[in-house]
Amino acid sequence: MEALNLALLGVVLALLSAGFALFSSHYSVLTRWLVIPLLGLSGLLVAVAGMQLLLSGGAVFTAELPFGLPWLAWHVRLDMLSGFFLLLIGVVCVAVAFYAPGYLREFEHGRGSMAVLGGFTGLFVAGMQLVVLADDAFLFMVAWELMSLSSYFLVTFQHENAANRRAGFLYLMMAEIGALCILLGYGVLAGNGHGFAFDAMRSAQVGGLWATVAFALAFLGFGMKAGLLPVHAWLPEAHPVAPSHISALMSGVMLKVAVYGFIRFSFDLLGGIQWSWGVAVLLVGSISALMGVLYALMQHDLKRLLAYHSVENIGIIFIGLGLSMVFEGAGHHLLAALGLVAALYHTINHALFKSLLFLGAGAVLHSSHQRDMEHMGGLLRLMPWTGLFFLVGCISIAALPPFNGFVSEWLTFQTALQAWSLENGVLRSLIPVAAAILALTGALAAACFVKVYGVSFLGQARSKQARKAREVDMGMRLGQGFLALLCLLLGVLPTTMIHLIDAIPRQLLHTGLDKAMAHGWLWLTPLGGQTASYSAGLVLLGLLAAWWLAALILRRGGVRQVRRCDAWDCGFSPLNARMQYTATAFSQPIRRVFGMLFAIDESVKHDESGQLRHSLQVGDRLWGWLYAPVIRSVLQAGRVAGRLQTGHLRNYLGWTLGTLVVLLWLIS
Amino acid sequence: MADFLSLSGWLIVLLQGILFLLGAPLLAGWIRFVKARLQNRRGARIIQPLQDLYKLFGKEALVAHTASLVFRAAPYVVFASALVAVSLVPLLATNLPSAMAADMIVLVGLLALGRFFLALAGMDVGSSFGGMGSSREMMVSALAEPAMLMAVFTLAMSAHSTNLSSVVDFNLANGLILRPSFLFALLGLMLVAVAETGRIPVDNPATHLELTMIHEAMILEYSGRHLALMEWAAQLKLMLYGVLIVNLFFPWGIATGDTAGALLMGLLAVTVKLLLLGVVVAVMETVLAKMRLFRVPQYLNLAFLLTLLGLFSHIILETGT
Amino acid sequence: MNMSHLPLLQQGIAVLAALVLFTSFALLAQTRLTSAIHSFAWQGAGVALVTALVAYSSHTSHLYLSAALTLGLKSLLIPWMLHRLVRQLNMERLVENIAHPAVLLLTGAALVIFSYWVSLPIEKLGLGDTRNIVAISLSVVLLGLWMMVSRRQVIAQVLGFMSMENGLFLAAVASTRGMPLVVELGVAFDVLVAAVLFGIFFFHISESIESLDVDRLNRLSEREEHS
Repeated sequence: MEALNLALLGVVLALLSAGFALFSSHYSVLTRWLVIPLLGLSGLLVAVAGMQLLLSGGAVFTAELPFGLPWLAWHVRLDMLSGFFLLLIGVVCVAVAFYAPGYLREFEHGRGSMAVLGGFTGLFVAGMQLVVLADDAFLFMVAWELMSLSSYFLVTFQHENAANRRAGFLYLMMAEIGALCILLGYGVLAGNGHGFAFDAMRSAQVGGLWATVAFALAFLGFGMKAGLLPVHAWLPEAHPVAPSHISALMSGVMLKVAVYGFIRFSFDLLGGIQWSWGVAVLLVGSISALMGVLYALMQHDLKRLLAYHSVENIGIIFIGLGLSMVFEGAGHHLLAALGLVAALYHTINHALFKSLLFLGAGAVLHSSHQRDMEHMGGLLRLMPWTGLFFLVGCISIAALPPFNGFVSEWLTFQTALQAWSLENGVLRSLIPVAAAILALTGALAAACFVKVYGVSFLGQARSKQARKAREVDMGMRLGQGFLALLCLLLGVLPTTMIHLIDAIPRQLLHTGLDKAMAHGWLWLTPLGGQTASYSAGLVLLGLLAAWWLAALILRRGGVRQVRRCDAWDCGFSPLNARMQYTATAFSQPIRRVFGMLFAIDESVKHDESGQLRHSLQVGDRLWGWLYAPVIRSVLQAGRVAGRLQTGHLRNYLGWTLGTLVVLLWLIS
Repeated sequence: MADFLSLSGWLIVLLQGILFLLGAPLLAGWIRFVKARLQNRRGARIIQPLQDLYKLFGKEALVAHTASLVFRAAPYVVFASALVAVSLVPLLATNLPSAMAADMIVLVGLLALGRFFLALAGMDVGSSFGGMGSSREMMVSALAEPAMLMAVFTLAMSAHSTNLSSVVDFNLANGLILRPSFLFALLGLMLVAVAETGRIPVDNPATHLELTMIHEAMILEYSGRHLALMEWAAQLKLMLYGVLIVNLFFPWGIATGDTAGALLMGLLAVTVKLLLLGVVVAVMETVLAKMRLFRVPQYLNLAFLLTLLGLFSHIILETGT
Repeated sequence: MNMSHLPLLQQGIAVLAALVLFTSFALLAQTRLTSAIHSFAWQGAGVALVTALVAYSSHTSHLYLSAALTLGLKSLLIPWMLHRLVRQLNMERLVENIAHPAVLLLTGAALVIFSYWVSLPIEKLGLGDTRNIVAISLSVVLLGLWMMVSRRQVIAQVLGFMSMENGLFLAAVASTRGMPLVVELGVAFDVLVAAVLFGIFFFHISESIESLDVDRLNRLSEREEHS
C-alpha cells in the first residue's frame, strides 16, 4: 500500500509543481528553485514506488479515489506493469529536473511565459503518471487527454513560429483521432464486461470478431500515439519544436506511455491473444523500424533526426511485442514471456538513451544555437562532457555492446530465433525475415549515429556559432551524466534488470524466464546456456583487458609521445571546414540505394550570380500516398457541408427544427 | 557447457589468442604471396606483414591538429573489440570457457562496435577522404548485416543454438550431411566476409589514393603505432571470418578435449584449412576486378538472397511437417 | 523429417533442387541476355541431374532417358539456339534495365514462401522422401511466370516460359517418378518446336518494330488503326 501512496503523492507533487508555476511569470526565480525541484521530487517518488513494487515480485495494490462521477469513482491500481512504467517515467523526470534549470535560463527573458511552460509541464507529467496508475477506462481517458492536451501546449510553446503552430495542430488532431480509437476500443470491452472498471473488462470474455475489432482499434489508437508507421506523421513535426527537455520527456516517456496502453489493453484486458494479431504487429513494427531509420538518415536537423529515430525504436519495441503475441497465440508461453521482456527492456533502454540524446541536442542548441548539423562540427573539444555523454547515447542507440541498446536487441533476436519451434511453416519463414529487417535497421542506425556524431561533434566547426560553443553548466551535465551512467549499467548488468522485469510476464502471462540466471548473474541465458548466452560483464572486462594489453605492448619499445601536425589528407592543400563531409553527403550512398522509398527532389542550378547551387529535399512518400488524399477528401467533404452555410438566419432555424424533429422521432 | 573455472580451458583461450595475433598477419601475408605468384611476381615473404607491424610499432605517431580524443582512442577500441571477438571463436578446440561469454550475435555486435569507432575516426580529422571512407563503409556494412544475420539464423535454426561451440558440436556430431541450407549460407557468408574485410571486388586493400577506396580512406591519417593497431585489427578480422567459415562449415579436426595431441591435431587441421581458403581468396582476387561502388549493393543483395534461400531451403527441404 | 536421417542420395537431390531454385533467381536477376541464357542452361542441367538421381534411387530406367533428353534439350540445344539467335540479332551486349532489382527479388522470395504455404497440404499426402521438392518446383513455376511479367525483352520472356516448364518437369519427377515416357517425349518435342517458332517470330518482330521490347508490341495495333 505504501508504494501506491508514494506514487499518488508523486502525482500530487507534479500537480503542485504545475500550481506553483502559475506564479513564476512574476517571480522567475520560482521556476528554478521550486517548480522544477518539485517535478524532480515527484519523479523520484514515483520511481521509488515503481522500484519497490518491482522488488516485491508480484504485489498488486488498488485504491479508490474520491473523485470522478457519483456512480463511477476513479480507481487506481499499481501492479508490476504500472510499476515498471512508473520507474521509467520517474527516472527520466529526475534527469530532466537536473537539466531544466540551466536550460531554461535563457527562456526566462524570452517572450514565452514561464508560467505556461512550467504549468503544462507539471500537468503533462501528472497526466502520464495517472495513465499508468488508472484502473478504469474513465480515469484512463481523462489522464490520457490531460497528457495529450498539455503536451500540445508545450509543443506550441514557441508559437511565434508558424511551423510550430502547424506542427502543434497536426499533433493535436492526430492525438485526438487516436484517443477516439482508444475510447471506442474501451467501449467494445466495456460493452462486453458491463462496466468501465478494468476488473470487469479483464474478467469478461470477448469473443471472435469483437475481440479483433477491439484489438484493431487499440492498435490504431495507441500506435498513433506511439508513432508507428503509417500514422507517425505528427512525431517528427511535433517533437523537435518543443523545448529540448520537453522533447526528451515526449520522446523518452510519452511514447512509452502509449506502449504501456497497448500492453495493458491487449495482454491484460483483452486477453486471448491470437497469433494473427501478432503478425500484424510484427509487420507494422518492422516497417516502422526500417522506415524510421531510413528517414532519420536523411535528416540534418539534429532534433528531427532524433524524432525519426523514435519511430524506429518504437518499431523495434513492437517487433518484440509482435513476436510475443505470435508465440502466445501459438501456445509457447515461455517464448511469449521472452518477447515481452525483450520489448520492455527496449522500452526502458529507449527511454534512457533517447532522453539522453535529446538532452544532449538541447545542450548543443543551448550553447551554439544550432539545430542544423551542417552548421556544427568540432563540438567535442569545446564541450567535452556533453560530447562524452552524447557518445554514450550514440553507442547505446546504435545497439553496440556493451551498452544497453544491444541487450534488448539481442533479446529480440533470441526470441525471433526460436521461430523453429512454431508449427506454422509460413511463420517460420516470415519471422527470420523480420529479424533480418531488424538487423538492417540496427546497422543503419549505427550508420546514422556515425553521421550524427562525426558531423556535429568531430571534425572542425562549420559555423561561427559552433566555434563559440561553450560547455553547459553543472546541472545540465549532471542530468545527462545520470542517464549515460544508467545506459552503461543496464548494458552491463542485464540480469539484474531482467530479474526485475521478469515479474511482469509472470503476472500477465503466468510464465517467467526461469533459466535467465541459471548460470549465475554474470551470464544472461534467457532459454538456458545451451541455446544462447551473453555475459556483458565479461565482454566489457575483455575489452578493457585488450585495451590495457595493447597499451602495455606499446609502452615497451618505440616512441611514446604523439606529435601534432597538420592533417595529411593525401597531400592536398591545408584543410578547411568546408572540405569536410557534410551530413547530406554522408548519407548520399544510402539515399541512392534506397532511393525509391523517398520522395527526392534534387536539382543543381546556376543562381543569379552564376554560382552552382545544389538543392535537395527528401520528403516522406506517405504524405503523398496516405495523408494528402485524406486531407483532400476532408476538404471536399467540408466544401459539401459548407453548402449548408447559407448565411440566412431562418435557414439555420430550419435546420434546428429538422434536427429536433428527427431526434424526437428517433427516441420515440 | 564448458566449465567456467577450468584453468586448462583458459590456457587454451590464451593460446588461441596468441595464435590469432600471430596468425592473422601471416594469413594476410600468405594471401598476398599466393596472389603475387598467380600474377607471375615473386612477391614479399609471408612474414612481411608481421615485420611491417613490428616496424610501425617503433615509429612515431603523428596526430593532426584537428583530431580529438576519439581519434586517439579509436585504434585501441577497434583493436580491443577485434581481439575480444576472436577470443570467442573456436580455433583449436570447442567448449572453451570464453565461448559462453558471447554467442554469434554478440560477435556481430563486437565487430560493429569496432566499425563504429573506425568510422568515427575517419570523420574526426575532418578531411574529405576520411568522411568518404566512413560513409561508404557504413553503407556497405549496413547492407551486409542482414545477410550475415540470415546466415547465422540458418545455422542457428539447424543447431537450435546461437552459441558457436554448440553449432560446431552439432556439425561434428552429425557428420557430413549435404544440406542445401548450409551450402547457401556458406556462399552467402563468404560474400559477406569479402565485403566486411574489404577485399576485392568490394574494396582493394592494396591501393591508396583511389576514388573507390573504403577502408584505406578511413585510416588515411593514421601513422605509427595507431596505424599498426588498425592494420592488426583488420587482419584479425580477416582471420576471424576465415576461421568462422572453415570451422563452422567444415569443423573436422577441431579438438573436443584438451589433450595436447588433440590440440596439435586441431592446429594442423585449421592451418591446412586456412591455407586452402587463402588460396581461394587469392584466386578470386586475381580473377575478379574491383567493382564500382554502386554495384556493391547488388552484390550484397545477392549475398542476402543466398542466405535467404538457405533459410527457405532449411524450412522447406530440411524440416518435415 | 530430419536431414541427418536421409540417405546421401536424397540429400544430394535436395541440394540440387535448391540449386535449381537458385538458378531461377539468377534468371530473374540477370540483366545481360547471354548470362540469363547461361543460367537457364544450368537450370536445365540441374533438373537433368535431379532426374538422373531419382532414376538411380528408384531404379526407374525410363527416367534415365528423360534425364538425358532434358540435358540435351534444355541445357544444350535450346540455349545454343537462343545464343545463336541473340548473336544474329546483335543483342549480345544488350543489358536490360531493371528498375528495382531488390523489389524484383523480394517479390520472388515472397512467391517462394507462398508456394511453400500452398503446397503444404500436398506434402502431407506423403509422396515419398522427395515430396518437399513440390514446393520448390511450384516456386520455379511461379518465378518463371513472374519473370515473364517483370521483364520486357522477348528473349527473357521465353526463358521465363521455359523455366516454368522446368519447374513442372521437376514436380513430375519428384512427386510421381516422372510422367509416362510418351508424354515426356511429347512435351520435349513441344518445347523444341516452341523454341524454333519463337526464333522465327523474333526475327519478324524485330524487323517490324526494330526492337524486342514487348512493351512496344502494342504499337502493332496502333499502326493498324492509323492505316
